[in-house]
Amino acid sequence: MTESASLPELSHADVQRYSRHLILPEVGPDGQRRLKAGRVLCVGAGGLGSPAALYLVAAGVGTIGIIDFDVVDVSNLQRQVLHGTADVGRSKLASARDRLSALNPSVTIEPHDTALTSSNALELFRDYDVILDGTDNFATRYLVNDACVLLGKPNAYGSIFRFEGQASVFATKDGPCYRCLYPEPPPPGLVPSCAEGGVLGVLPGVIGTIQATETIKLLLGGGTTLAGRLLLYDAWHMRFRELKLRRDPACPICGDNRTIRELIDYEQFCGMTQPSAGVAAAPTSSPEMTVDELNRMIVTDEPVFVLDVREPQEFQICRIPGTMLIPLGQLPARILEVPASAAGRPIVVHCKMGGRSAKAVALLREHGIEASNLTGGILAWIDKIDPTLPKY
Amino acid sequence: MGYRVLIPTPLRPYTEQQEAVDVEGGTVGEALAALTDRYTALRHHLYAENGTMRHFVNVYVNDDDIRYLEREATALKAGDVISIIPSVAGGVS
Repeated sequence: MTESASLPELSHADVQRYSRHLILPEVGPDGQRRLKAGRVLCVGAGGLGSPAALYLVAAGVGTIGIIDFDVVDVSNLQRQVLHGTADVGRSKLASARDRLSALNPSVTIEPHDTALTSSNALELFRDYDVILDGTDNFATRYLVNDACVLLGKPNAYGSIFRFEGQASVFATKDGPCYRCLYPEPPPPGLVPSCAEGGVLGVLPGVIGTIQATETIKLLLGGGTTLAGRLLLYDAWHMRFRELKLRRDPACPICGDNRTIRELIDYEQFCGMTQPSAGVAAAPTSSPEMTVDELNRMIVTDEPVFVLDVREPQEFQICRIPGTMLIPLGQLPARILEVPASAAGRPIVVHCKMGGRSAKAVALLREHGIEASNLTGGILAWIDKIDPTLPKY
Repeated sequence: MGYRVLIPTPLRPYTEQQEAVDVEGGTVGEALAALTDRYTALRHHLYAENGTMRHFVNVYVNDDDIRYLEREATALKAGDVISIIPSVAGGVS
């Protein structure tokens, strides 16, 4: 940690503002000066990055970098508390900078309007003390991990799905990294996304706040962080658990015989794993049908059978008329209902965006049932055919 | 002897939405075999075609990763709880 003498002084305004920190013996004036000198990079200004950045800025961390290239969408507002209704359509960076500067004008906000890539990650990370991983996809998570390990920067990690969250601290001096936990990502399409699976809005609030807590302890150089532990949070049953993590001696980037010495192509890394047959089949391999073609068949009374593999609550929000609902998870047990109901008509399968229906098509074909996948799912149907339906 | 296996949210579509399943077996491998015999669609998500455990799924006995115990040969004792912990990315992946 930085020598006390080289840390920035606290102004009178700082002393007033951070007085509740200053009277904590574990923080005190020197700790607050460490926070003031601290530089944290939030990768993503979304569900996890929002609460994390708000608390880090409120805590007086001197410099907060934010990487994001996305635009605020109205469906973000349920959980991405950096952004408000008036920000819909603005860049997340601009919205985040305004909100954070309003909260604490003395903090320097460094916006990075770019996608994180193998060619810019090391350069971007180099000037920061802690990297806070608030990303939403596997490729970027492995990239963040590897860049952190190569540079020796701790990674305050968090991840969410529906009602469950995970948090840890990776890439500390002797601690495990994300690859020690999961050497490989799942094949694309195997794990449902939040857009398809949903997420409780307050869940990233809890996990992002835990990431901010770990970041602050890393900057202070005190307390016990989650390095070497994976914290699991179940919001639905309100349970916290923790699991032991170990540095894997065989880890390709932080193990004893390192084979990864520079950043790789993470898109390829996350797409190259050969999926198994059936439910894990690559979503792109199924025959496709456009919404225009399906609509043409329906309006001209051409025989067609449409199978909807979404969940009942999604079916309740909007549906294509005359479809049959069998949620993807029930399809293996109910597969024979499909040809029986289709009665010789061509089968088209749809979901929200086309991911789950591609798996359903692969499963049907594995059972010798020909079917095609509705490209873009019901969202494409709403966009092109029936805009009166609500989008979710 | 019966053991409880905790099923994570992403895999519950394959266990009829059960959050926990009680199975028999003397080792982790036997318990998971009993689980995937009952819920066959789950097998694809836990095992690769060659029968090895998938690299993006970890299995814990209580709070210990079986990779640092005896893997699937890890013996179970009364009261042990098995957790399946898959990697999740959040967002749009």
